Amino acid sequence: MTKKRHESLGLSDEQVIEMYKMMLLARKVDERMWLLNRAGKIPFVISCQGQEAAQVGASFALNRDEDYVAPYYRDLGVVLAFGMTARELMLAAFAKAEDPNSGGRQMPSHFGQKKNRILTGSSPVTTQVPHAVGVGLAAKMEEKEIVSFVTLGEGSSNQGDFHEGLNFAGVHKLPVITMVENNGYAISVPLDKQLACESIADRGIGYGMPGISVDGNDPLKVYEVVKNARERAINGEGPTLIEARTARFTAHSSDDDDSTYRDMQEVEKARENDPILTFATYLKEADVLTDDSLKEIDDALKKIVNEATDYAENAPFAEPESALKYVYEE
Amino acid sequence: MAQMTMIQAITDALRIELKNDENVLVFGEDVGKNGGVFRATEGLQDEFGEKRVFDTPLAESAINGLAIGLALEGFRPVPEIQFFGFVYETMDAINGQMARMRYRSGNTESAPITIRSPFGGGVNTPELHADSLEGLIAQQPGVKVVIPSTPYDAKGLLLASIRDNDPVVFLEHMKLYRSFRGEVPEEEYTIELGKADVKREGKDVTIVTYGAMVHSALKAAEQLEKENIDLEVIDLRTVSPIDYETIIESVQKTNRVVVVQEAQRQAGIAANVAAEIQERAILHLEAPVIRVTAPDTVYPFSEAEKAWLPNDKDIIEKVKYVLNF
Ligand SMILES: Cc1ncc(C[n+]2csc(CCOP(=O)(O)OP(=O)(O)O)c2C)c(N)n1
Ligand SMILES: [Mg+2]
Repeated sequence: MTKKRHESLGLSDEQVIEMYKMMLLARKVDERMWLLNRAGKIPFVISCQGQEAAQVGASFALNRDEDYVAPYYRDLGVVLAFGMTARELMLAAFAKAEDPNSGGRQMPSHFGQKKNRILTGSSPVTTQVPHAVGVGLAAKMEEKEIVSFVTLGEGSSNQGDFHEGLNFAGVHKLPVITMVENNGYAISVPLDKQLACESIADRGIGYGMPGISVDGNDPLKVYEVVKNARERAINGEGPTLIEARTARFTAHSSDDDDSTYRDMQEVEKARENDPILTFATYLKEADVLTDDSLKEIDDALKKIVNEATDYAENAPFAEPESALKYVYEE
Repeated sequence: MAQMTMIQAITDALRIELKNDENVLVFGEDVGKNGGVFRATEGLQDEFGEKRVFDTPLAESAINGLAIGLALEGFRPVPEIQFFGFVYETMDAINGQMARMRYRSGNTESAPITIRSPFGGGVNTPELHADSLEGLIAQQPGVKVVIPSTPYDAKGLLLASIRDNDPVVFLEHMKLYRSFRGEVPEEEYTIELGKADVKREGKDVTIVTYGAMVHSALKAAEQLEKENIDLEVIDLRTVSPIDYETIIESVQKTNRVVVVQEAQRQAGIAANVAAEIQERAILHLEAPVIRVTAPDTVYPFSEAEKAWLPNDKDIIEKVKYVLNF
């Protein structure tokens, strides 16, 4: 029998099971957040749904104990893979004092966690790109064998920060991997009104770095391109731009109604390629998982999400007076 | 007369001016098919077509930069910045470029651009999304800053802004978008820029304010009326340039002033108003000019914003202070 795809990439059965679990956990946390939002318990949700394969596939190709990530708001899969827990994510969603991202100070999904090298970001899109480039420059100056991984949406790749950041990374051959999660929409504005080039990857050439477009529904393909990009970076060959082609299964956020600007059949169609389902099918066909073991995973993750929700719901809010703290060093 | 929310009054003004003047263009992120994330431009693309009302790529610096080019060619652009917290991405186009067009060109060019943008707190959205950043723009000569507090004012001020031959930043407080309806004439009318409006006449203490705080001041006035304290409430409407005449006239009558702003204290509109009053009318004052503002900390999380934002109680406290001084 020919080698299975994950084996040819050097991934063990345990590792791909771990990947699958991470994708599914991201999905389940996200789905729960929508329920909580619709029940009036949390103010806001912005989803990873449809983009989990790209996020988790990429993260597994990185050194999750040493590399830095500058995620954007949809990257539940990235931050989970980098060590943030479901409970911590729920604490942020409820904006509770114990939320490690910001103590409930930031918008939900504005991730950041120092101990896991997840850079904290700001609400304006794309501001994380130059930050990640700065981390890449620091890594180069300190001769550390690490990379800086930054993500954003395709609409956000029109901001000056994207171009200025990538240009710097290219000029200085920095260990920076930029992954654009192209889900076809920036809120309501479709891809063809955002950019004139075929693929976001085409933009790499302008900054002297390879641009690679990959099927973001396949975690193994994403894993492979990020793995190669990481190797190049560590070998001093410089940055890589990756476009992961994905779909957005939900409205832009809980404040948005996407039926006003897109045909919902389009979403139904995209869901036929739901990366979680297709990866489960692969794992079954590869004899890594069975229906029974899939069910066990599902049950175990449900428990984790339930526990995380209960904990976060019952956790205390920050004291209002604490809002006055941490403006300057105290 | 029609009863409208502020957002309806804004859409109405945009529709009127798109109809009146073929040079008016409305553009920004999600303003086309989606009708804007707050629905301010709802239906306008259907009515006026994609050439007049269109979505831009996600890049604020380009939105306002290209507005300048369009303006130089005779168009009257009305770009939207989706949230004013994102104005930092395009500060140069506003303060560095369009505001100086007339000055630099020796009056041969101008930039009749009206940038619309939602801002303001009290709607459970933390940090940048809720910031009051009008002071950043007000510091720059050459650009006007307009902030309506009622649906009626919103329509008249927006029409005047679009027709003004200099750039205007038109800030729409999110909390006022749908919180109440007011009478708005169906026909067109303008409200002069740079003129304050006395929202309530009174003789004891003058409140100078703008935006959502106008309503907190009116609420304070209602409560103080029961104690026979009579507040005069001045709504600046335009925070740059400021109508000092109306303020000074009122101060000469009441001799006591409280200036109220939602923004943090440091380097704000209120500081400026207080300073001008002291320079122009010190001999009419029976008490120091007192400010009510947010504290000098970052706009906080939802649980804290009620306590953090100035409110009617803070105003009442300071009114009593100036009365008993
Ligand atoms: C500078 C800036 N402008 C506007 C916004 C409002 N906004 C938030 S997300 C978004 C669309 C982003 O689209 P894209 O980059 O494709 O990412 P996606 O949400 O599709 O993953 C917009 C316009 C913002 N956050 N920052
Ligand atoms: Mg997108």
